[in-house]
Amino acid sequence: MYQYDQYDHAMVAARVADFRDQVRRRLDGSMTEEQFRPLRLMNGLYLQLHAYMLRVAVPYGTLSGAQMHMLGDIADKYDRGYGHFTTRQNIQYNWIKLDEAPDILADLASVEMHAIQTSGNCIRNTTSDQYAGAIADEVVDPRPYAELIRQWSTFHPEFSFLPRKFKMAVIAAETDRAAMRLHDIGIQIVKNAAGELGAAFYVGGGMGRTPMIAPLIREFVPIDQMITYSEACLRVYNRYGRRDNKYKARIKILVHELGRDEYTRQVEAEFAHLLTQGIEPPLAELERIKAQFADPAFESGLPDTLDRSDPDFAVWVDTNTHVHKQPGYVIATISLKPVGGIPGDATADQIRLMAALARDYSFDELRVTHTQNIVLPHIGKADLYAVWQQLNEAGLGTPNLDRIGDIIACPGLDYCSLANARSIPLAQKISERFAPREAEIGELKLKISGCINACGHHHAGHIGVLGVDRKGTENYQLLLGGCEGADTSLGTITGPGFDEDGIVDAIEKATEVYLAQRGDGERFLDTYRRVGMAPFKEAIYAKEPAHG
Amino acid sequence: MKILTGNDLRSGAVIWWDGSGWSLHVTDAADVGEHGEDIAARENAARTVVAPYVIDGEYGPEGPRPAHIKDRIRALGPTVRLDLSLKPADPAAGNWVI
Repeated sequence: MYQYDQYDHAMVAARVADFRDQVRRRLDGSMTEEQFRPLRLMNGLYLQLHAYMLRVAVPYGTLSGAQMHMLGDIADKYDRGYGHFTTRQNIQYNWIKLDEAPDILADLASVEMHAIQTSGNCIRNTTSDQYAGAIADEVVDPRPYAELIRQWSTFHPEFSFLPRKFKMAVIAAETDRAAMRLHDIGIQIVKNAAGELGAAFYVGGGMGRTPMIAPLIREFVPIDQMITYSEACLRVYNRYGRRDNKYKARIKILVHELGRDEYTRQVEAEFAHLLTQGIEPPLAELERIKAQFADPAFESGLPDTLDRSDPDFAVWVDTNTHVHKQPGYVIATISLKPVGGIPGDATADQIRLMAALARDYSFDELRVTHTQNIVLPHIGKADLYAVWQQLNEAGLGTPNLDRIGDIIACPGLDYCSLANARSIPLAQKISERFAPREAEIGELKLKISGCINACGHHHAGHIGVLGVDRKGTENYQLLLGGCEGADTSLGTITGPGFDEDGIVDAIEKATEVYLAQRGDGERFLDTYRRVGMAPFKEAIYAKEPAHG
Repeated sequence: MKILTGNDLRSGAVIWWDGSGWSLHVTDAADVGEHGEDIAARENAARTVVAPYVIDGEYGPEGPRPAHIKDRIRALGPTVRLDLSLKPADPAAGNWVI
């Protein structure tokens, strides 16, 4: 894992001191809210429905046990005993007091964490593959490159006031587990025919009110020019992105309106210019970072089998673990989606338990996933049963990864000042309704957003739900056919929306169509793509037969 | 009726103008009539409140009730965590919101 050097420490400590002074000045009246608001937002502090909300950055979703433990302690000390893991691999606290926020930042800094650039029109936390460094299908661990981007983008003076927020993702496998093409810039680290590392750039993706899949603008940028090319992409956006209309200010609109070819032409021209300026970080810095992401000291010759005699454990193994690149180890995903629970929420005790399990069994590493779960990336198979027992006892053993109950849901109208409808109660109802049939239905990714901003990734759900305000009443639109993997697609709205009970019934009808029509080995998405919308729509909107 | 609401500057708690000060309970809310913006500006300057705004409300059996669901959720707390709401002992408290 990356460890701060003296510059990181100094920058974060200075930011904590700055913010402490800014809060003092806000409270003593020497700064107005209008002046203070952009400063608190640049430190991740929002004002939400019930209180201030603090969003803490978890760079590329990677945490140490000590960092995770601190997140649990903060939940107890400053909040109400829980935290909410987000779709940008971060964590949010919902009940923060303004005068305590600087103390939280100081506590975070003590474990090399911060909340910098988790809001505002800047480059946000860079996300990555939650299995990075543990999965066999990657060409290289993508996190050193994500860390390089973090260092380049943090406090970048030219990109601190972009037309809108800017989100980047970095992966290094053909299997996209980070929704890479739904980012402003998605980078895939690849190898060319000569075996050299490079970066494929996908630019102009995103969700929100105008969802777009990022087109590929360059197949191969030499890895020692990745930052320079990123800078060129941002410069063209910063120069021409719209600032007159926030709904048209994201880079996806610029790329769409210019056209991929013209945008790319301008980026290439800027790139050629920047190459003469020598802005790329020295390779020595990348090598320094890479050394900190070296494999942990895996043991060789460990038993590569599991005792599956406990049937509940066997079910969890089948759903929530992945093959590790090192024989004798396994990747375990902890579902934060208990039946009827709040997606992404974890209590302080649960957070500290996961921290302890990471320390004791997973080389002191955890990952936050963009699907609001937690990964223990390196568990010895011989230890897995003991780990699962502790998780299960703490309510963290739900075997539903990528099943219909593994729902992404934004905080919705229960917490968020932007939301139009509640997301969480709907997720709870769906998870309870379908729990008995989860295994029968198989892989089905369901995502719920409480407004058009799409923090719940509804466009990318095999089944997506969008909450809207219909004359002061919550109403829910249903989408089918979205996907965020290598075959990224955007969901299509089925038709008129539903109330809270009606949307759950509509989802049930959609799953019944799937179960009736699925072919061998087909997931819900496969069947939808094969048969199209028509049979689903027919079933969902069929009138009930008249009685009597 | 017109209700003035906002968040306590220091704690962030949702607060309601009761005619002479701020209350945590919407049932204490006063009808501010046409004076909401003036009171908001004065209280904003006094640093008691952040992001104040005026909403429509109505009198119900339990007192003032915001017209829009968003402000009813603000008044109660998250409907999915009634234990953290202002009525933690009332399992039916969420019905007031809907």
